[in-house]
Amino acid sequence: MTAATFADGLGAMRDAVGAEWVFDQPADLNTYRDFYSVMWGEPEERLASAAIAPANVEEVQAVVRAANERGIPLYPISTGRNLGYGGAAPVLSGSVVLDLKRMNRVLEVNEGNCSCLVEPGVSYFDMYRHLQESGSKLWLDVPDPGWGSMIGNALDSGGGYTAAPYRGHFEAQCGIEAVLATGELLRTGMGALPGAETWQQYRMGIGPCLDGLFRQSSLGVVTKMGFWLFPQPEAYLSTSVDVFRYEDLEELVDLLNELEYGNLFNGMPGIGSPVLSQQSPIAMAVVPEPAEMNRMVTESGLPAWRASFNFYGPERVIRAQWDYVQSRFAHFPGVKFNEASFTRLPLSAADLERIQKPRFGIPSLDIFAVGSRGYGDFNPSDGHIWFSAVIPRSGKGVIDANRVIRSECARLGLNLFMLAPAVTCWTRSFVLFAAVPVYKDPARNQHLRSAVREIIATCASHGWGEYRCPPAFHDNVMESYSFNGNMLRKVNERIKDALDPNGILSAGRYGVWPGHLREGREA
Amino acid sequence: MKQLAIMAAIAALAVSGLAAAQQATRTGPTAPELAHGRDVFARWCAPCHAVGPRLAGTMSLQAKYQGRVPAALEDRTDLTGPVISLFVRNGVAWMPPFRPTEITNADLAALNAYLTAPLNQRGSHAPLLAQEMAQRRQGQ
Repeated sequence: MTAATFADGLGAMRDAVGAEWVFDQPADLNTYRDFYSVMWGEPEERLASAAIAPANVEEVQAVVRAANERGIPLYPISTGRNLGYGGAAPVLSGSVVLDLKRMNRVLEVNEGNCSCLVEPGVSYFDMYRHLQESGSKLWLDVPDPGWGSMIGNALDSGGGYTAAPYRGHFEAQCGIEAVLATGELLRTGMGALPGAETWQQYRMGIGPCLDGLFRQSSLGVVTKMGFWLFPQPEAYLSTSVDVFRYEDLEELVDLLNELEYGNLFNGMPGIGSPVLSQQSPIAMAVVPEPAEMNRMVTESGLPAWRASFNFYGPERVIRAQWDYVQSRFAHFPGVKFNEASFTRLPLSAADLERIQKPRFGIPSLDIFAVGSRGYGDFNPSDGHIWFSAVIPRSGKGVIDANRVIRSECARLGLNLFMLAPAVTCWTRSFVLFAAVPVYKDPARNQHLRSAVREIIATCASHGWGEYRCPPAFHDNVMESYSFNGNMLRKVNERIKDALDPNGILSAGRYGVWPGHLREGREA
Repeated sequence: MKQLAIMAAIAALAVSGLAAAQQATRTGPTAPELAHGRDVFARWCAPCHAVGPRLAGTMSLQAKYQGRVPAALEDRTDLTGPVISLFVRNGVAWMPPFRPTEITNADLAALNAYLTAPLNQRGSHAPLLAQEMAQRRQGQ
């Protein structure tokens, strides 16, 4: 593309959104860099050429048309706070970031339907304030940092911590409106039927369900999304079951699975190891051989494994559920049952001092304390990245994943400050979460990138794939989903070519490149 | 790295005229001309920089300055507009820069006015969102 074409396109976009919402000067573009980039300051760092901030759907359409007519690459962001997964920066350098932060209207909250319809700039903080100020009975489900976009987080498959139907944010969406690369507007599900009052009630509509086209995708600019919301329960009960032998894990997980699939509890469960968390409460040490682990348990008196169970509902219902859960674990030798907390709702101001806010759908930025100078010996650092692979939901899955990641990180010299081999945001999955500190140091980052690429390949050799990753690794992770000659990517490319023939939207996102850029693919 | 070094130097300069108080007593109303800046602080800064335990910004500044200046930004009397703007637009450590679609230049000017005003004009500390909402519910 020539400089004149780009300037002409930017001029058309300026006409659409107003000059004050076009950013093309270095000081402003500096704020669009991925602050946790593992390519910071290197030629590989992905940088925007400009940013455009429309205020409404019509302006988005005008910007997209201007880009499509000239082949200008666009990269939409919602609030740009997907830190550790790319932030506000594009995947393809030179893209114009389409910053949707100004589109921050809560379009509807339906108390009867327990749902909402929002624009992409609505953050969890914004929605929480809206619900509280309007006296709503509804809860949000929030990820750890509250400044993210409800839509952006859902589209990248983010998750939270409350009841099962709400924790997977893409699974809790109901109804998408998206601007396509042509500038045309699409509504999915019942939104495609004029006059339907059921857009936030029935997700599928008719025919193939198209919502998935917009998850982690390069096929549209999502401008509205509906979500199901959780009517505030009467109470919350947090409990745990401790067992004291290495060998107990397999049955512990099997029982937890049966109870969750049978709807005997609705809160997010957890699997951890107190005896392996003595050095760091958020980073499980390597799982030793059975005899060694059992010796550590005897010496320390700490449980080998802990399953946590959380319940939302009327007090008498959730206490009965907890009684039943205990009965299913009574046969484990030495088992201990703990009631960590019981909380009546709504919360008082005093409650806020002692509770874990995300369990109550309350947005905050408390999680960032792990990155503060006062927290750990890896600080001051300049951010972090996540490694998050889907692993089998079994005791063996937890132990295998722990050992492989621990040994790979030791071999490659990676410093994990968080390792949770069994995070369970989704009711049918275990995800291994690991966090690595990032520094604005090219030599360290080059090593980090090559180490993570090795770990992606190692995990794939075990059948474990990441569900989400920073842009530096999109190609590698997509490459690892290689069944039948990478048919998954090939089909994605065919859809890309059909819906975005000029390849203007989110080029390269999650390893799907437009035709004219496929030759340069890294993987 | 160069940018970080510059910011560290500026931060060190900012400390040289340092305030003695660890945490200021902050009561009463906010001067009307500072209300917008206090709102910007509540929305964008307080979630990490408020007075309180386990908040990333406050913890970091406590570790960095060891009490030589208040750990909570809102109680600092040694900050200047250019220093505040530099950190807001460039970020530091885990704090990313804030884009002009989040904190506009007008918002930033109001924030600077709030954080550089005499303490007795700033009024009470800006609340954390959840506390503000809970207090409002209990007041009803």
